[in-house]
Amino acid sequence: MLTHGRSGHVWKFGNNIDTDLIIPARYLTTSDPVELAKNAMEDADPEWADKMNPGDFIVAGDNFGCGSSREHAPIALKATGLSAVIARSFARIFYRNAINIGFPILESPEAAEEIKEGDEIEVDLTSGTIKDLTSGKTYQAQPFPEFMQKIIKAGGLIKYLRQQHPQLR
Amino acid sequence: MAQTITQKILAKHAGLRSAEPGQLINCKVDLVLGNDITSPPAIKEFERIGVSKVFDKKKIFLVPDHFAPAKDIKSAEQIKMMREFAHKYGIVNFFEIGCMGIEHALLPEMGAIKPGDLIIGADSHTCTYGALGAFSTGVGSTDMAAAMATGEVWFKVPEQLKFVYTGKLQKWVEAKDLILYTIGQIGVDGARYMSMEFTGPVIDKLSIESRLTMANMAIEAGGKNGIFGIDAKTKQYLTKVHVTRYPLLYSDKDAEYKQIYDYDVAEIEPQVAYPHLPSNTHPVSKSGHIKIDQSVIGSCTNGRIEDMRVAAKILKGKKVHPDVRLIILPATQNVELQMIKEGLMEIFIKAGASVSTPTCGPCLGGHMGVLAEGEKAIATTNRNFVGRMGHPKSEVYLSNVAVAAASAVAGRIASPEDL
Ligand code: SF4
Repeated sequence: MLTHGRSGHVWKFGNNIDTDLIIPARYLTTSDPVELAKNAMEDADPEWADKMNPGDFIVAGDNFGCGSSREHAPIALKATGLSAVIARSFARIFYRNAINIGFPILESPEAAEEIKEGDEIEVDLTSGTIKDLTSGKTYQAQPFPEFMQKIIKAGGLIKYLRQQHPQLR
Repeated sequence: MAQTITQKILAKHAGLRSAEPGQLINCKVDLVLGNDITSPPAIKEFERIGVSKVFDKKKIFLVPDHFAPAKDIKSAEQIKMMREFAHKYGIVNFFEIGCMGIEHALLPEMGAIKPGDLIIGADSHTCTYGALGAFSTGVGSTDMAAAMATGEVWFKVPEQLKFVYTGKLQKWVEAKDLILYTIGQIGVDGARYMSMEFTGPVIDKLSIESRLTMANMAIEAGGKNGIFGIDAKTKQYLTKVHVTRYPLLYSDKDAEYKQIYDYDVAEIEPQVAYPHLPSNTHPVSKSGHIKIDQSVIGSCTNGRIEDMRVAAKILKGKKVHPDVRLIILPATQNVELQMIKEGLMEIFIKAGASVSTPTCGPCLGGHMGVLAEGEKAIATTNRNFVGRMGHPKSEVYLSNVAVAAASAVAGRIASPEDL
């Protein structure tokens, strides 16, 4: 469930982490999440997918997920078991794709700035509170508009649609 | 309430009188597009919804172009999945190789785009169709799946930016340079979540093909859409592709913009975007000596006949540098045919270029010209991210067609003036 609090360690990345870095095109001959997860973030850090542990977080700078519309990017990250991405800002299509597949993202310039690599953090996705257990600081992410919260709560756009339009089934 | 053309299209498709920035709306779509990378996950999601039919058999466009003709077994499976899906639901617009093209070049050329339309595509460069006064934007596979089932999509109404171009274009400056220059000025997130409207006397004189090149790269500034007003040039183009009935839409004179950018194009020379961001632009004259291994002319940005003519002008009677591989990719079958009719094919082959069937191919490091470690390419494509054209340690420099062609001859990044 997305609404649970989650805790894990932080991997930091810079500005403009594009979708080719998140999942290079050479791996797009499949859309299998487990396959994609193996190569997540490969061109930014070739060992990342092996080093990271499920539950961890990515904290990045501006414009995370810029570039192509490939939903494979949030799918790959979600399938690694990553808890969420916290960034100063997100590129538009990545933002909507993450919401549509029910993968948590949080926008917080302060958290993106101050949280350090390796810090242990805890995130409450319902309230958008980010607690840095290493530094003891707390941050508040931008809340999502109600409509998007509903999609996230439903577990993604498809599940939301099935709830909204029973006639579609 | 004064509105921009973007706001008017969004409002109309949401059944509203106006659309204010920030407003969340649900819109009817006129066209839903997917390619061989993004359609397979969309098809899987579509099947999960459990509907028995698509919202409209004629309004869904499936174009296998990225790894087509299938480059390996996995790609063949992805394209097969699209083909079978199209058959199962009676989707008319599935494009097999032999009658296809790169999606964003193919759709306008076949008359699938009308001014005032609202188009979504599971491909970020879907913003290309703004050149014809349509609202079009890239979405993900789940959005594509939902729209195929419901014919609807949710949007946050974007804020509006206006870009005004005045002055006299320098020699060899193309639409590509205007958009590269603009991205260089505002950055890769300078228009994030926003609408980019392109206007001014310079734009009025641009051909529709050139406008397609500019709208194509709106996403490279983070834009939600790029759009142009409808004028005599638009009408002429539409007549040629047999589009006859469409609304005439304009931005109101007193429409509100978050920001207006004014550029004097006389100051703009051909641009080269260095690795690894499209915003990392430099005037070609200040490029220094950068040796290249490959030059790629094509893609949804610059693979139309107008582009091929520029390339031919430069390559006629010349030879590609022995250390360079020049790959030319016409964006559609029609472009290829026209190249043959006009004798461009012969010019290219005699110059020592490799000319391919329409495909995205090397643009995304897929096939037909992938870079090895340490190699450098100049390309008329739209992205130069790390590893975009192959090995993570290869480099891509973006330019217009004339510069890419001249560089192929010179063996280094060069202006046509240097030849
Ligand atoms: S040519 Fe390049 S940018 Fe255009 S659709 Fe194909 S891969 Fe994408």
